[in-house]
Amino acid sequence: MSVLLNRRTVVTGLILFAVLFPFVTRNDYVIHIMTLSFIWMIGVYGLNLLAGYTGYLSLAHAGFFAVGAYSLGLLTVEAGVNFWLALILACLFTGILGFLIGMIALRTREHFFAIYTLCVGYIIYLVIYKWDGLTGGVRGLIGIPAPSNIGPISFTSSISQYFLVLFFLLLTIFFIYRIVHSLTGRTFMAIRNSEDLALTLGISTMKNKLVSFVLSTIFAGLAGALYAGFVRFIGPDIGYITITFDLLIYLLIGGIGTMSGPIVGTLLIVWLSQYLQFLQDYRMLVFGPLLAFLIIFYPWGIVGIFQQWKQKRQARKARSIHQEENRKDEVELDAGVSADQEQVREG
Amino acid sequence: MFLQTKGLTKQFGGLVAVNKVDFTVEKGKINAIIGPNGAGKTTFFNLISGFHPPSAGQVIFKGRDITHLPPDQIARLGIARTFQTTHLFEQSTVLDNVIVGHRLRTSSTLWDAIFRTARHQREEKQCRDKALDVLDFVGLTDAADRLVAGLTQEAKKRAAFALALATDPEVVFLDEPAAGVNPDETDGLAELIRKMVERGVTVCLIEHKMQMIMNLADKIMVLNFGEKIAEGTPHEIMNNEDVIRAYLGGNAIA
Amino acid sequence: MEVLGQQLFNGLTIGSIYSLVALGLTLVYGILHIPNFAHGALYMMGGYITFTMMTVVGVHYWLAIFVSVVVVGLLGVLMERIVFHPLRDAPPIHDKIAAIGVLLFLEALAQWIWGADYQSLPTPYGQVVNLFGLTVTLQRVLIVVAAVLAMILLNLFLKKTFTGASIIAMSQNREGAHLVGINTNKVAMLTFMISGGLAAIAASLSAPINLVFPGMGHLVILKAFVIIILGGMGSIPGAILGGYILGFSESLGATYLSNDYKDIIAFVLLVIILTVKPTGLFARGGH
Ligand SMILES: Nc1ncnc2c1ncn2[C@@H]1O[C@H](COP(=O)(O)OP(=O)(O)OP(=O)(O)O)[C@@H](O)[C@H]1O
Ligand SMILES: [Mg+2]
Repeated sequence: MSVLLNRRTVVTGLILFAVLFPFVTRNDYVIHIMTLSFIWMIGVYGLNLLAGYTGYLSLAHAGFFAVGAYSLGLLTVEAGVNFWLALILACLFTGILGFLIGMIALRTREHFFAIYTLCVGYIIYLVIYKWDGLTGGVRGLIGIPAPSNIGPISFTSSISQYFLVLFFLLLTIFFIYRIVHSLTGRTFMAIRNSEDLALTLGISTMKNKLVSFVLSTIFAGLAGALYAGFVRFIGPDIGYITITFDLLIYLLIGGIGTMSGPIVGTLLIVWLSQYLQFLQDYRMLVFGPLLAFLIIFYPWGIVGIFQQWKQKRQARKARSIHQEENRKDEVELDAGVSADQEQVREG
Repeated sequence: MFLQTKGLTKQFGGLVAVNKVDFTVEKGKINAIIGPNGAGKTTFFNLISGFHPPSAGQVIFKGRDITHLPPDQIARLGIARTFQTTHLFEQSTVLDNVIVGHRLRTSSTLWDAIFRTARHQREEKQCRDKALDVLDFVGLTDAADRLVAGLTQEAKKRAAFALALATDPEVVFLDEPAAGVNPDETDGLAELIRKMVERGVTVCLIEHKMQMIMNLADKIMVLNFGEKIAEGTPHEIMNNEDVIRAYLGGNAIA
Repeated sequence: MEVLGQQLFNGLTIGSIYSLVALGLTLVYGILHIPNFAHGALYMMGGYITFTMMTVVGVHYWLAIFVSVVVVGLLGVLMERIVFHPLRDAPPIHDKIAAIGVLLFLEALAQWIWGADYQSLPTPYGQVVNLFGLTVTLQRVLIVVAAVLAMILLNLFLKKTFTGASIIAMSQNREGAHLVGINTNKVAMLTFMISGGLAAIAASLSAPINLVFPGMGHLVILKAFVIIILGGMGSIPGAILGGYILGFSESLGATYLSNDYKDIIAFVLLVIILTVKPTGLFARGGH
């Protein structure tokens, strides 16, 4: 039981920290960067559900991010729709697009899926870039309004925006946690581990993959919409492949297919980038090899390293005392986490 | 008629992997399929379980034509199978592997998952209980919380059986259940297969281990180059000229 | 008629470049069964090295290309050794992501060394010639001739030499090749070398009519993927044919449909192919 309590303490501690953070730093710039990383995290969680838990590596997520951002931007700027309604519509629209694309994309597997989504992402980017009349093309879209007031609460200050994004991040994590630790999550992981086996177990793989894909795009769209409302200016670049790569780097470095990986990876890389600002455009000189290195030696990222260490320690402890009890705790704690690490080994 | 194939045929390009096979799986019996490597045995299973669309012929299950159903629907009708290689998830526990096996008998949706509805709680427990039950049946209760990666080949085979049984099947197709397992353990697996039939599950298996098959099977079909060359009781098969000829140069019947 | 002829010739030029890039990609796929997302970075490095050899070192165009082929070929080998070899048994997502890591690194490296600006590669073959009634630059003629020559040489190498034959053997059956005593490690390295070399040739040939910049590989590599799916992953004739088909479709599409959206043609083509046939054209086997 102590381990379970431990986890609850950690989660509570983290939320408390996140809530107190802006009051502690009081530095607008730091709060700004933190808010941005929360937005990325939402997108990374979406990607994690699909790539990490369902085993489908999508390279189109910057595209869906951009679709969410542009939907919100166009609805508020061009159509004058209320921010909150626009936010819902943006998620809805991204989800519908995800559904249509997923129906076709998910018929392909592995390499084909990666290449297919790479191309879908590129098409989305090109359409945004070239469709001047609608999106403003290279000039981008300016003057996106900040989230409108809810009763007495306004979202103009950086702190209030921080909390708004934090709220959506916690909501996202809550959803993903519930999904992963449910029969639906088990179904996704079964597909990831062996689609053929999942089929023989009577799992409708197409339906489940589609659910995962659509959810994943909705989270990407939500992140995009929040981004648009936060930064207030968007250009076609947010749909470019480099953004997909960024999301992937956050996910991989943190730990793909783990619950806490997206937080760890995003925070680490975003803040490391801040300290490596002098590198500017050359930060990939560091992150590129770091990514490759990590993949080769620690395929489950930093969280994976930590889990391995923990498992080893627990195994050692279990051997010495109270074998039974310890194991029970471990299972309870890691019901999803041990499942977290299942990856298809055969090709 | 329980499960029947009529003129089942599969062509891969120019190669006829399964050629006009008529076969009946008898309910409550142990049905076996033998044949040299590459004879088309696995392909025959793939056709029945819906993994490959047949080039010609039919599969009839309890009077219903299931030839063109997708694999997941066939599984839901009560037809389970194991693979030649177990396909288990090495990095997770035996229990976690088996729990999802009962998923097809549940109906929880995303909604239930997110809001932890009563149905979800009930069905999650149902899956877990089913998993524990089948693990007990195959004799893996003690290994339930161990990682699959740390199991012996024999235990993995048992886990694969458990997974198939978790789907509540009426018939299971076992593809080489005793491959890579030592003789003592083979006897144990044979015992388990008998126990499955006693539990009311019909068995159809592919196996290269002749001694095991001859002791176990009620009925044997022999495939060679995709064609059925013989069918009958173990005794009949052992004395069949065609079968002996097909196996000459290969592994002779022990 | 004049316009059509011009566009067809353009298609031939672009198609030649595409074919060379797709060839390298398909060779690697055939041998290692990985889609090398970093292939575009090899292409880009090829362009830059030729550029540097000509403008900084001051050697002749052809010598510059030769150096570029060697350097990028070695870069390919290095990539195989450091990244793909250790990952050969890893889960299927991982090699792709590692390739992306390499891609990002090489692009940042290029930007660091050469800057983000677009550079134009001087060519000694800028003059205009008259070819069957069409006025074209000599460079474009050269692209077609050199590309075809490279393909013929590659074909001879694969068909007529023992090493080449072992590449073919390994792409058809890896375990089998290992069993008959082919050194699969060596073959994999060699394949990456050829693949890199082809990318370098393609980039060096196209650089004078396009430009050299860190992101120059992006579109090309995406299109090369489309091509090898079109032509069958791992198929050599398929890559060549697919390259030319795409080249022609694009140049005709640019004239008769829309110049703005010509880059989309490839992707729409891919979306259609995979919609109709999810395992690609000419897929082998199933489960
Ligand atoms: N998906 C496929 N595509 C093409 N050919 C296939 C495919 N699956 C099987 N084959 C071929 O069909 C033939 C029969 O194969 P199958 O796997 O059914 O044999 P088997 O009897 O199960 O052999 P073993 O005892 O070795 O398992 C073989 O020649 C095989 O190469
Ligand atoms: Mg077989």
